[in-house]
Amino acid sequence: MSEKVKELKVSAIQNGTVIDHIPANALFQVIRILKLERFENMILFATNLESKKYGKKGIIKVSNKFFKPEEVNRIALVAPHATMIEIRDFQVVKKIIVEIPDKINGIVKCFNPNCITNHEQIIQKFTVTDKEDLRIKCHYCEKITVKNNMSFL
Amino acid sequence: MKNKSLISINDYSKEDQLKILEVAEEFEKKPVQNILQDHVIASLFFEPSTRTRLSFESAANRLGGKIVGFSEASNTSVKKGESLRDSILTVANYSDLIIMRNPLEGSARFASEISPVPIINAGDGSNQHPTQTLLDLYSIKKTQNKLENLHVAFIGDLKYGRTVHSLVIALCNFNTTFHLVSPQELKLPSSVKMFIKEKNLEYNQYVDIEDVTEKADVLYMTRIQKERFSDPLEYERIKDFYVLRKNMIENTKENLTIMHPLPRVNEIEIEVDKSPKAYYFQQALNGVYVRQALISLILGLK
Repeated sequence: MSEKVKELKVSAIQNGTVIDHIPANALFQVIRILKLERFENMILFATNLESKKYGKKGIIKVSNKFFKPEEVNRIALVAPHATMIEIRDFQVVKKIIVEIPDKINGIVKCFNPNCITNHEQIIQKFTVTDKEDLRIKCHYCEKITVKNNMSFL
Repeated sequence: MKNKSLISINDYSKEDQLKILEVAEEFEKKPVQNILQDHVIASLFFEPSTRTRLSFESAANRLGGKIVGFSEASNTSVKKGESLRDSILTVANYSDLIIMRNPLEGSARFASEISPVPIINAGDGSNQHPTQTLLDLYSIKKTQNKLENLHVAFIGDLKYGRTVHSLVIALCNFNTTFHLVSPQELKLPSSVKMFIKEKNLEYNQYVDIEDVTEKADVLYMTRIQKERFSDPLEYERIKDFYVLRKNMIENTKENLTIMHPLPRVNEIEIEVDKSPKAYYFQQALNGVYVRQALISLILGLK
């Protein structure tokens, strides 16, 4: 039974990507960060599913779409334990556990209104100083943006 | 150090910093040296500053250099909406080195990334002011005859004071013991404490000045600014609490140096000025030598 459930959840699309282990409350954020709102292929998503590891989780299945590494990085900020599963012809061909990168470029906006990056056309750059609590330091103003203050470009 | 911008104090290694202090000493002995006569220095102050600007310009003048620039942004093309990017690229055509103060944090780092000539950060908002740190190090070294193993107390606004942040970070290279005195709401931010912890140095936090006066080799006083408080009554209470008074320095160490980045409001009683331990005005003068040293090293003249 559990084998069958697993199969249904993971392989219900013929080709595409399954993003699993998204924290339930971050599901819609992940959809927004990956710009899936404007995506035209079939998308299936579910949230508040039971997860042994994380309590409640969300899952997204995107048909005929494969993500580039920098796109995977984007979601690591809100779904640090997510897995990206590449499906081709109903088979899992690749499984990537997303990781929070050491550097983040052009994804997050610096929270400091007095930072030069919020006044000139500059690609925002950060160094991750704490991967557990997610704290990132702006390359320019050197201020720390914490998880709750993050807004995505 | 040749052609290397100075934006944050950590851009320069400990060795580079010590080299600057060494060259600054030469300039203290012989302040007028005509080594900059073929150079043009741009001094761009997008926000007014008296001490820092005059100190830089005095340094460049004593080296025989020419200065172009402005002391506030209101009469410049910035007013017309020019971007910092364009201002820097234009001015870089006219000069060999750009000294810049700008109210936006990170502006100096950005300028250094696009400018073909080196940039010296003369203050970017609340972020960094590395030449102040160098002159503070110079002042400590001069009065204590060393930088290693000192007990340094910082007093007042440790949260917003960029001079405090940069100096704490710089002193982490010298096995300093830190004594941090501030009201609860103005404690040293964790992003700065991180540097102390990384080096496993000792630090203690206090609320009363008198807990540290007898321990310290250096007392670094700061101004508590009214605009940091939402409650004006709270400001009034705290303002009068963090004042160094004459009677407080009676039992201090013989070698104590009292420093302050200036301007002072009321945080050091005027009576303290007479003490041989008071060093803040000399400290400001040291800024000229340190800036002379920095300019000549960046331009490869020393």
